[in-house]
Amino acid sequence: MMRVEILFFGKLVDVAGASLVMNDVTSTDELLQQLRLQFPALAAEKFIVAVDKKTISTNTSLTDNCTVALLPPFSGG
Amino acid sequence: MNNDQLYERYQRQLVLKGFGAEAQQKLLSASVLVIGAGGLGCPVLQYLTAAGIGSIGIVDDDVVALSNLHRQVLYNVQMIGRPKADCAVEVLQQLNQQVKFTVYNERLTNKNAVAIFSAFDVIVDGSDNFATRYLVNDACVLLNKAMVYGAISQYEGQVAVFNVQQNNERSANYRDLFPHPPKEGEVLNCAEAGVLGVLPGIIGSMMANETIKLITGTGMLLANKLFTYNTLNNQTYEFELSRRIETASLIPPTAEALQQTDYEWLCSSTANIVNEIDSKEFNSIVAEGKAAIVDVREKDELPVVTEFSHMQIPLNSLQQHTAWLTEDTIVVFCLSGKRSAQAAKQLNEQFGTSKKIYSLKGGIQQWMQQQKQTI
Repeated sequence: MMRVEILFFGKLVDVAGASLVMNDVTSTDELLQQLRLQFPALAAEKFIVAVDKKTISTNTSLTDNCTVALLPPFSGG
Repeated sequence: MNNDQLYERYQRQLVLKGFGAEAQQKLLSASVLVIGAGGLGCPVLQYLTAAGIGSIGIVDDDVVALSNLHRQVLYNVQMIGRPKADCAVEVLQQLNQQVKFTVYNERLTNKNAVAIFSAFDVIVDGSDNFATRYLVNDACVLLNKAMVYGAISQYEGQVAVFNVQQNNERSANYRDLFPHPPKEGEVLNCAEAGVLGVLPGIIGSMMANETIKLITGTGMLLANKLFTYNTLNNQTYEFELSRRIETASLIPPTAEALQQTDYEWLCSSTANIVNEIDSKEFNSIVAEGKAAIVDVREKDELPVVTEFSHMQIPLNSLQQHTAWLTEDTIVVFCLSGKRSAQAAKQLNEQFGTSKKIYSLKGGIQQWMQQQKQTI
């Protein structure tokens, strides 16, 4: 069984909580699709995705025990 | 200042292993531009001034307000209503008379950015909106300047050093992280979301630290990295950034192209223009007594407005209550003018040209300050 930890930052914490664990997801696209089903409000949010801290811009395959982080932009100063 | 005094002032960092006189000399010869003298700008300015940066520029077009004081620790109640950049220099010059300050009491725009940036080695971005952040980023890339970035939201902060020369290439910039600006309303601002006063103190101090390291070549920079810190649980996380090929095509290639890029428009939700009015125009509409004046803040938000009669319809329920607005002219206001601009856009979409819709620029906060000044 594959285990993936997901971390949420900023405003996304209000939508999905600070973190959660998802099993048996093999790619970032699949993971995002499942997250959007679970948290419909996520569809309206803008964020970038990082797998094991590395920011990605295309669909990326996931490995067992990897961490996916979702980071929205901040503008406050 | 003679050499003895110079030595005494910087003694604690001169004796620091791995720092010393050479690093101090680099600070004394460096010039840094700080964008925004707010929550992040205050600690950045304090520590850079104390550390002995030779020349510091400050860009800020805002005035000190009471609601700033819980986090903008350079200012005090006597300064309310006065330009932040002027007040900052008054305080900072007392701290270190050797620093040469240049004040830009104006908003950073696509027109003035290139000229202002050209006079400085390092740019520090402590601004509070996406239009300015993308402008600062693009101007730094265009002019090959390193940019120290910090941003905050509620209990979290981010720090990075963008576009710094390392191993014969420039490190990732803000557009490698977020290629396109979010539209207005997609992301909360400080007035809506709130911020704990100490957070910009922590993040701003980290920005000052990265700036000092960058200038002196000390330690490892947050280049190709984005550091995040959460004040609630003390968790930190370091994202690893890489340059993207597409980024270059998003950044204006020349100073002329930058001047023609409308950053405010890129960050606004629709192309339709909000009619903003200043305090004077607002007062004359109020005096006429024919318009609907609407406070779109949440109930119980301060300051309470008793100076003129108005309705209260919070922004999030405005759509349901547009039937209340029977007047031909509607003026909306909030604390800072941001939410009322959104409200005006919603009303524009609803009523089109059938009504005149205005938003009070700078919000009730600025209006109250200007009332005080005219008295």
